[in-house]
Amino acid sequence: MSTQPHIITLTIDGRELSATVDDSILTIARQHKIDIPTLCFLEGLSTWGACRLCLVEIEGTPKLLSACTTKCVENMVVKTDTERLKQHRKMIIELLFAERNHICSVCVSNGACELQSLAQECGVDHVSVPYRYPSLQLDSSHDLFRLDNNRCILCTRCVRVCDEIEGAHTWDVAGRGIDAHVLTDLNTLWGDSESCTSCGKCVQVCPTGALVQKGTAVAEMHKQREFLPYLTKMRRNHP
Amino acid sequence: MSTTTPQKIKVATIWIDGCSGCHMSFLDIDERLIDLVQHIDLLYSPLVDMKEIPAELDLTLVEGAVSNEHDLERVVALRKASKFMIALGDCAVTGNVPSMRNPIGLKPCFDRAYQEMADIVVNDPADGDPGIPALLEMAKPVHEVVTVDLFVQGCPPPADAIFYVLSELIAGRVPDPTLLTRFGA
Repeated sequence: MSTQPHIITLTIDGRELSATVDDSILTIARQHKIDIPTLCFLEGLSTWGACRLCLVEIEGTPKLLSACTTKCVENMVVKTDTERLKQHRKMIIELLFAERNHICSVCVSNGACELQSLAQECGVDHVSVPYRYPSLQLDSSHDLFRLDNNRCILCTRCVRVCDEIEGAHTWDVAGRGIDAHVLTDLNTLWGDSESCTSCGKCVQVCPTGALVQKGTAVAEMHKQREFLPYLTKMRRNHP
Repeated sequence: MSTTTPQKIKVATIWIDGCSGCHMSFLDIDERLIDLVQHIDLLYSPLVDMKEIPAELDLTLVEGAVSNEHDLERVVALRKASKFMIALGDCAVTGNVPSMRNPIGLKPCFDRAYQEMADIVVNDPADGDPGIPALLEMAKPVHEVVTVDLFVQGCPPPADAIFYVLSELIAGRVPDPTLLTRFGA
């Protein structure tokens, strides 16, 4: 089959852009330096669409749709930066902060946290809903790494990278709604996990201070993600 | 001085459940403080010796979370007296470190600090002693207690951010602190 990719034209923020029908709105926006904030999305992992930060307005559609999961369509008119979207994004970030115990000033990821920097970018100056202050567990049983549920935003990057890239599938999400949380080996302590290869990919893709290397103090945890585009590219070349 | 600037802004600052780092950062404005005092009368603050909260204020800066009954009483009184209130720093804005006791609960936290770990075991010092205010069940950000007009994040907010915010307000503009600071800065 030597079919040409079907090229279509769509408008994002007033700019006419070309795309294939397989491209997501987010992919095309990023190719043209149109910034749409994301948290659960990470290039190289499957698309999840859970954080809802990349919601965009599409003309003729009453619902807001996530740019990461919505494919481009001929003559689609997309807006990524309206006042309504800005308000929704601020509220999402506020709810993430209120849901668990994110204390930036004493976090190992202070200064290198995607939630923290997005809050600043989106102009979140305070959290207008009451904080929940849940009582959550830490898992420090692994020799190298630590899970701090207080900082987790349930983006599932750890679950996906472990399953899709490392092939170990150590991580899963348990519980429903407000009780949802990540766990290792179907609720075994991380240190006792038989499937974990201690590769640390989950730590490196985690956007916050939920998964960290042990031995890091405040603001010392800097994530290294270079491996992900590299591995993704290699696999694309040798499927 | 007062002949050149007839109408100085009446300012209060308060240090409740915080570490005084925000006040230190305020002082780190350094020589620019001299410019600021041309426009500001500091009437109530840990930096001056006034004991009573003034009846009328233009601006109050609050450092710290609201953690005990005395904090609450003074924040409410300052809010009544002030036209404009700023939550200064992460403790005032988010609860920050003082709020880390909230998931544990006041009693377990108190027992751990003053009884289980103590060499000399005391009962709650606030019991029967009117001089020591009782802790609130939760340490709260200021805006959960009174209306806050502006939020300046940071632990502490950088001196430049504080100077920018005050200068803009003096100039009659509304500053956007997120340009210069963030949670945990």
